[in-house]
Amino acid sequence: MSEAKMPIARRSFLKMMGAGGLLLAMPAAAGDKPYLYSQAQALNCAGVLQISPAGVITFFVPRAEMGQGINTGLATLIAEELNTPPEQIQILHGGAHEDYKNPIFDMQVTGGSTSIYAHYQPLRQTAAMARELLLDAASEKLNMDRGSLHLRDGKIWLASKAYSLGDFVELAQTLPAPQAVNLKPQSKFRFIGQYNKRLDAMAKITGQARFGIDVGSPQIPGHTSVINNSDANIPNLKKAALLRCPVIGGTVKSHNGDELKSLHGVVAVVEIFNGVAVLAEHHWQAKKALTQLVVQWQLPELVKQSSPAIRQQFNAALDQRGQQAFTSGDTDAVFAGADKIITADYYAPFLAHATMEPMNCTVWLQKDVADVWVPTQAPDLSQAMAAEFCDVKRDNIRVHSTYMGGGFGRRSNQDYVAEAVAIAKASGEPVQLLFSREDDIQNDYYRPASAARYRAVLDSQGRIQAWDVNRVGPNIMAYTVDHILEAVLPQFIPNAFADWLSKRGYGVFEDWKVDSSSVEGLWEDYDCANKQVWQTTVDPGLRLGYWRSVGHSFSGFFTESFIDELALAAGQDPLAFRLAHTKNNPRLAAVLNKVAQLSNWQQRAELAAKGRYLGLASVFSFNSYVAQVAELSIVGGQPKVHKVYCVADCGQVVNPDTVKAQMEGGIVFALSAALNGEITLKDGAVEQSNFHDYPLLRLNESPEVEVAIVPSSEAPSGAGEPGVPPLAAAVANAIFAASGKRLRDLPLRLS
Amino acid sequence: MISFTLNGQQVDADLPPDTPLLWVVREHFGLSGSKFGCGKGLCGACTLHIDGAATRSCVMPLAAVAGRAVTTIEGLAQGEQLHPVQQAWLAHNVPQCGYCQPGQIMSASALLATNAKPSDDDIDAAMSGNLCRCGTYPRIRKAIKSLAASGVQQFDPKVQEVSQ
Repeated sequence: MSEAKMPIARRSFLKMMGAGGLLLAMPAAAGDKPYLYSQAQALNCAGVLQISPAGVITFFVPRAEMGQGINTGLATLIAEELNTPPEQIQILHGGAHEDYKNPIFDMQVTGGSTSIYAHYQPLRQTAAMARELLLDAASEKLNMDRGSLHLRDGKIWLASKAYSLGDFVELAQTLPAPQAVNLKPQSKFRFIGQYNKRLDAMAKITGQARFGIDVGSPQIPGHTSVINNSDANIPNLKKAALLRCPVIGGTVKSHNGDELKSLHGVVAVVEIFNGVAVLAEHHWQAKKALTQLVVQWQLPELVKQSSPAIRQQFNAALDQRGQQAFTSGDTDAVFAGADKIITADYYAPFLAHATMEPMNCTVWLQKDVADVWVPTQAPDLSQAMAAEFCDVKRDNIRVHSTYMGGGFGRRSNQDYVAEAVAIAKASGEPVQLLFSREDDIQNDYYRPASAARYRAVLDSQGRIQAWDVNRVGPNIMAYTVDHILEAVLPQFIPNAFADWLSKRGYGVFEDWKVDSSSVEGLWEDYDCANKQVWQTTVDPGLRLGYWRSVGHSFSGFFTESFIDELALAAGQDPLAFRLAHTKNNPRLAAVLNKVAQLSNWQQRAELAAKGRYLGLASVFSFNSYVAQVAELSIVGGQPKVHKVYCVADCGQVVNPDTVKAQMEGGIVFALSAALNGEITLKDGAVEQSNFHDYPLLRLNESPEVEVAIVPSSEAPSGAGEPGVPPLAAAVANAIFAASGKRLRDLPLRLS
Repeated sequence: MISFTLNGQQVDADLPPDTPLLWVVREHFGLSGSKFGCGKGLCGACTLHIDGAATRSCVMPLAAVAGRAVTTIEGLAQGEQLHPVQQAWLAHNVPQCGYCQPGQIMSASALLATNAKPSDDDIDAAMSGNLCRCGTYPRIRKAIKSLAASGVQQFDPKVQEVSQ
């Protein structure tokens, strides 16, 4: 169906209008949940778009802004159909509401690089309907022919006379909605694919952007925050620091909290489900008092785990075959008849997210309502988690989602909400809980450590005849289910039953169902008739989460390193070898060819003569195709990455500069992990604590990055994550070119 | 009672002298632009100027700024007129999540105030104490280089004046 003329089912139209009927801004019908910051007299479309009687266009962004630029990207979709520059649209975050669910997940989660493609149609449709309604209303009110009016730059125009949109808001609310709307065709785009500004840049360079940590700070006059200045009136906000067990999951046996109550600024000391919190007037007082807290802990099972032993368990399991994740052809038969099998084992460690803004949450519990201000990737999960830890009903908890100082998947988990609400409940005070950096690194939901054994057979022409991978490691989904099931189950299910159910996740993903995030990227990209993939679960019990690019963060390294090893075995150029195996994957072949051109891949021998070496990798992830070439030299026995070339095909791009920024950022993020990233356990405790022992890439180590975007009118696809997966392999492949050493473990260490 | 200058205003703080300057400006003076990142001077999110020099305020006790001039991100622009570093940051769309950017901008503005044409090595030396998890380093470098190439001789007269 052509997207330009899209009939709208009556039922979905009513839903889009969000107010139970054609009277768009009438008070919400019984049973409809109110919107957090919407204005009473305004035209409200589907909860996301509001036109006020003053003519102000407000966009309640249904996804969360964590740096990926989604406020701007989604506002650009609205702007296109309203024919109005994005900067004329006021941006607010609308809190938890079912109308803000991500259609891909049916939860209000921002992740999986889904935001643009999930909303590309629905948001334009909503804005187009608002446009048509306003024009209908203007036609009636001005008694002018509909064709003589148009909407441009936030006004309705009749020849050279401009009217405020607000003039027609009241009438528009009484009009029947159009049966179908025309979306602008690509050829008429004014902003999509061309708009390159960032709407939040000004707030972020002046210190005015309000993050979770800033909630309760004085408002800046004349500046509206994305949380609509909702934190202006919190009474006597206390600051909390929490001492948790050094081994995640431990609980309190006893503590000396009473001795701390006389310390300067300390207001209360309370015990919660996983530790003891100090509340004080100021953060520094709470933090300082916490150093005098002594707790005896009940240690969990995890205390038995240390990294060297975990690695041994992983290695032992490489010989086993767990669950079959994928099969095609008859792989075993090819191996049985093969003269030569090429095999290699790879490893990637646990990783922390280390967002620059440590986890935090601000809570004000009142009798029947509660407010939670939180930098979160999932406001509905924040809401449900809060409800579990206080006596206020889920629907009466208002979630105000702030700007996030980085997300990368960490803020889809809600442990900090649980803790902050528990502290607020135990103390009876409005409270802001802030993690120290040590808390943040030692209480993450970690990227799972993974090992993999790859086996392949080549034919006499160097074509892959059979491909077999066994991935060893734990499964994120088991921890996700445990973490969120109680939150997403209907409220009538008793907590104890929900808890019992949620704990089943571990068994389910160990024995029955393969977690796709454990195996994604292990086999899909290259042509080969006989493939087999296995998931062998070894779970040390360290809690896991989604880390930018998820399974691809390790499988990209594994697969693209192994492809280079196969190219070598076949005696072929790594580029030619990849191209020979992408006959069924033309868009991947296209980004490979383009990055080869950009990086002068064919002239790499001349570069090598100057001590610079290239490595290539390409990965399809999040529906996007990305190829990268790393250029490095060996300095003082270690790799120094000078430049990374990157070609991305993300389908139709909305904001080209933001896509470039996401590729640059993904590359730097991935290079941090490739060169330095490693979380280890000793007796169950995370050994790293701050940026001295969990180092992130610094500016002096950061390569130059050159990004090219493939022009495309295909459906939009992911941008936030696909820049990450190829990078580690591109670097490892360049290290091989430079040194002849094949590094199969992350982080990449030459000595 | 400790007195110092904060964004051009004389202020007094009646607080324990070991209180880190970061929490003094954030919680007592309501200037939340300077951020907490690590508490150990390792990440630079808390960077502000003391007498024009970029300083990690999370490890700087209040007592150490008695009688000195402190400038935070809120005090960098001259009214509506953005500082050239902020303008360059806008022109290059530097911020992503934006959390580290006040610290980055304070480090860059301190560098340019004393070195209008920094080399790559100068930029490395001045900026490598500021972490950015979103990976905006390539743009930070470009933004600073665009200023170095702009022909401006002196970037922050206010800071120069204080440091003389």
